[in-house]
Amino acid sequence: MKILKLLLIIIVFIANFAKVNSTENKDDLVNKISKNIRCLICQGQSIYDSQSDFSISMRLLIKKKIEEGLNEKEIYDFLKDKYGDWISYEPEFNKKTFILWILPILLFIIGGAILFNRLFVKKY
Amino acid sequence: MKNKILLISLILFICFCLVVLFKGLNNSNVYIPDTTNKIVKEFKSRSLFSDNEISSEKILVNSDYYILNIWASWCGPCRKEHPKLMELSKNSSVKLIGINYRDNFKNAKNFIKKFGNPYSFIFVDTNGIISIELGAYGVPETIIVNKDKKIIKKFVGSLDDKSLKEINSILK
Repeated sequence: MKILKLLLIIIVFIANFAKVNSTENKDDLVNKISKNIRCLICQGQSIYDSQSDFSISMRLLIKKKIEEGLNEKEIYDFLKDKYGDWISYEPEFNKKTFILWILPILLFIIGGAILFNRLFVKKY
Repeated sequence: MKNKILLISLILFICFCLVVLFKGLNNSNVYIPDTTNKIVKEFKSRSLFSDNEISSEKILVNSDYYILNIWASWCGPCRKEHPKLMELSKNSSVKLIGINYRDNFKNAKNFIKKFGNPYSFIFVDTNGIISIELGAYGVPETIIVNKDKKIIKKFVGSLDDKSLKEINSILK
């Protein structure tokens, strides 16, 4: 019975999640992208948070690109082409950024290995 | 012995981090991406002095070089650089094209009337999209484009004697 209830909750959750995604309109997508785009003249803020002329124009441009039929990735590519990778808060994995991506994982693995070694291996 | 090596490694690592941090503090926080050799794509907008929409392809013709200057009447540095643009407009080998950024038509026209018109054409960029598509940050900004519509050089901020010298050396 418990499993059945759990299954029901999961199904309802997935159905709701799919519904939210399908109703994501243009403005939601503009907001989603804007939150991940750096305001270059008011650093430390995304263009979603900033009210500078640059950010307002950038948000309008993103909306225009969505209306032209560009998808999320194409919009990011367009902005990166104009302003460089730095414009995005989520840098792509490439030869320039691989240390940024790999280092935390490496530190996590090394740290985990040291911890494992201290806690378990030495005991036996 | 093992602990000593660990301690020395830790100290070295902290020193390395501090060096990187202090070096980073001296760097400018103005980020200017390299737009050299990028092509200026066609854009359409109305002129400041007429209601007709016109394509950039019709304006960026018959010259070896074009200077795209993004300006606004409300922008202080634009006033400062205006005499330099007037000076540049005397050079016949270059076509100066203005892009009026997020401005009030009346104020923009008054600005030109008061300080002179260095531009052979002025596009109106009411919502700033054209400027952003050109990779601009704001105003003023000056982009040197060759006859193949390739960006040769970009100046962020007000033009000064040094940048004017640089532009003249490019145009030679």
